[in-house]
Amino acid sequence: MTTDRRTFTLDGHDIPFDEGQSVLDAALAAGLFIPFLCHKPGNEAHGSCRVCMVRVGGRWQASCTTPAAAGLEVESTVEDLVAMRREIVQFLFTEGNHFCPSCEASGNCTLQAVGYELGVTTPHYPPFSPTRPLDASHPEMLLDLNRCILCELCVRASANVDKKSVFALSGRGPTKHLVVSAESGRLADTSFSADDAAAHVCPVGVFLPRGQGFRTPLGARKFDVEPLRVAALRRAGGT
Amino acid sequence: MTEDLATIVARHRHDPRRLVEILHDVTEAYGFVPKDIITELASMLAVPRGHVEGVVGFYAFFSDEPRGAYRVLFSDGTTDRMGGSIALLERMRASFGLQGEETSRDGRLSVGTTSCTGLCDQGPALLVNGHAIGGLDSARLGDVMALIRAEAPLAAWPRELFAVRSNIRRRDLLLATAIRPGDAVSAAARRGRADTLAEVARSGLRGRGGAGFSTGAKWAACAEAPHEPRYVVCNADEGEPGTFKDRDLLADHLDLVLEGMTVAAFAVSARHGFLYVRAEYRFLFAHIANALAARRAAGLLGPNACGIRGFSFDIELRRGAGAYVCGEESALLESLEGRRGIPRNRPPFPVTHGYDQRPTVVNNVETFMAAALVARDGASVLRDLGTRTSSGTKILSVAGDVERPGVYELPFGVTVQRVLDEAGASRVQAVQVSGPAGTLLSARELDRTIAFDDVPSAGAFTVFDDRRDLLAIIEHHSRFFAHESCGFCTPCRVGTTLVARTMGRIASGHAARRDLVDVARVARVMAKTSHCGLGLMAGNPVLQGIEKFRPVFDARLRPDDALPTFDLDASLDKSRDVTGRDDSEAHFTEEVRP
Repeated sequence: MTTDRRTFTLDGHDIPFDEGQSVLDAALAAGLFIPFLCHKPGNEAHGSCRVCMVRVGGRWQASCTTPAAAGLEVESTVEDLVAMRREIVQFLFTEGNHFCPSCEASGNCTLQAVGYELGVTTPHYPPFSPTRPLDASHPEMLLDLNRCILCELCVRASANVDKKSVFALSGRGPTKHLVVSAESGRLADTSFSADDAAAHVCPVGVFLPRGQGFRTPLGARKFDVEPLRVAALRRAGGT
Repeated sequence: MTEDLATIVARHRHDPRRLVEILHDVTEAYGFVPKDIITELASMLAVPRGHVEGVVGFYAFFSDEPRGAYRVLFSDGTTDRMGGSIALLERMRASFGLQGEETSRDGRLSVGTTSCTGLCDQGPALLVNGHAIGGLDSARLGDVMALIRAEAPLAAWPRELFAVRSNIRRRDLLLATAIRPGDAVSAAARRGRADTLAEVARSGLRGRGGAGFSTGAKWAACAEAPHEPRYVVCNADEGEPGTFKDRDLLADHLDLVLEGMTVAAFAVSARHGFLYVRAEYRFLFAHIANALAARRAAGLLGPNACGIRGFSFDIELRRGAGAYVCGEESALLESLEGRRGIPRNRPPFPVTHGYDQRPTVVNNVETFMAAALVARDGASVLRDLGTRTSSGTKILSVAGDVERPGVYELPFGVTVQRVLDEAGASRVQAVQVSGPAGTLLSARELDRTIAFDDVPSAGAFTVFDDRRDLLAIIEHHSRFFAHESCGFCTPCRVGTTLVARTMGRIASGHAARRDLVDVARVARVMAKTSHCGLGLMAGNPVLQGIEKFRPVFDARLRPDDALPTFDLDASLDKSRDVTGRDDSEAHFTEEVRP
């Protein structure tokens, strides 16, 4: 590493960055963890989940959409910021239908892992308990929208990586929901395939491969083996 | 006669950026946007079907479900409610045997609500198939219902029903100065681009949309941005509950608005302008189209506009479609480009990456008017009025519990009490300045002033006297944000609904101390972590209400520390329905509670 790279500070630590890098990506690359849900490092930031909020020079900002700049003073691991992130994750648990103990995605779920990371023990707020459809039309993949946190990762992957635009969003505010790009609204009536990038980017458990429930036992899953922050830093470090 | 989809799409040059316009025309032709039309439209525009479905689903004025041949939407603004709109709506539904939002079995009628339609000074109001009818009372509603019963075509309804009158009560600089079309642009041309930018900066003009950014700085940044072409956008999407001043400015002072847009175009070297008007102001569209045509005919728009060689500029009218968030400038640009109105991430800002990712000036209606006067008469025209940090005048939409609701232009620095005196108000309990996203003032704060560094205002000024239930108003304002949240970011999408529901329980006396703590916490989360101004401000009604009217809250809270969050008895509705029982044994009563 060259020594003349420009730096900003995160909780007092000097963080080197590349031109165009976000505060979040630079922090992860430097080995400092900021939790996030709607971002996939290396891709264009989205800024919608707001879990990666930090304070930059006293201003609250999402670290994924804040370009790193020399001399920035960023706060991240301070109690009021962590409490705010905890609230946002509680909002997500309140909004959807998330039943971890019986969920096929438990242990592989980033929402659950972020919850553990932040010390979320309950949703706290009265659940919205929305009625959301289950799309079982596709031979390879079940779509369970009960768990959807509207991060748009599948929408973006389907459009930008798969070049299929199988998914989109409709409604707004509390009625915002994921739609399948077909007149029938059924996944089977699209060009979707289980090999699509869109099928493997969901941070929760909307995309469930058919015919293989609970193949990996609880306790031996992704975040059971390696906590979220270790996994995220390992991936960002490229090892 | 139904216009053919191909004809509509061809008229819009198969341009997917014109999707919102296309969907308006489709709705006009078919009454809604049928699912097979969405598929066909997507294919004609070469965009994913989900994109079109998503845009239809985003805007309140579009639907992919059939609606009544007469679609009645009662304006659900703060002042509409104060004027009894809910009772009128219920009367209409009962009269036609309708439950909730459903369409009548014969497909003839649906009755719903829509966010404030901007007739706050002449409400309650409703829209029938997008056409505004104000001044509703029992008799007028009776006329409307009789016409619907007789299945009279809308074109045959008495024109008087649809009359919207301008209501300007006090004129100052902007509304009292006469200006000959073209004069301000010619003056700018004589001064030159650089000096015009400098003059606007010197005038201290700040954006009248509420944020108060320096107009001179905005224009200069756009002029310096390297990419071509540049654009000028007039934000006439005023959707703040309680505001209606742009309605009258567009009706009576449109030439000054267009003049200001042309001055901006000259100063930043833009070739194209958009005037984005909320669809609720449908009654203004023909007037605007005529004014644009007249300016073209007079050589004030088009090639060598205003006689300036090499300066080509034209303005296009664009319609919103029922989305308050599109008043946020980057969401407005998304809408102009035919997408869901989701505010963009910033940086980059619209001045460098605006419409079509090109440098764009976006200003409020009133800002352009002031800029035109500065171009003609120089910076002092604003500097001589108002305060040091807020030069010029502010145009306010005064409504609610006042004797003379209407549009008032007053110099910045005017006290709230002075505005109340102008409009005639007594027994004031509170004043909501700049709508629910703005400032809630108590009767102890009436000496405060309308200015950027005291009480800023985008236009609304709504008065509540001491007979009003402030908690119901705060609940209503909270519900407005839940309805209008774009849903992009978590804190606003979830937080606005949490606040609205909790405020509902507080206002109806079903909440405890713990709920007050919760609702304040949620409001603070939104205020710190939201993606755009809507979410950042959505907690204002609750937070300011608790801060300034704590005893009103406390008096409505139950003595318990905590209460169930749901109504035990109401949750049995379905069981009672299914079993056909409604006897006392099928109800929980207060005494049953432990």
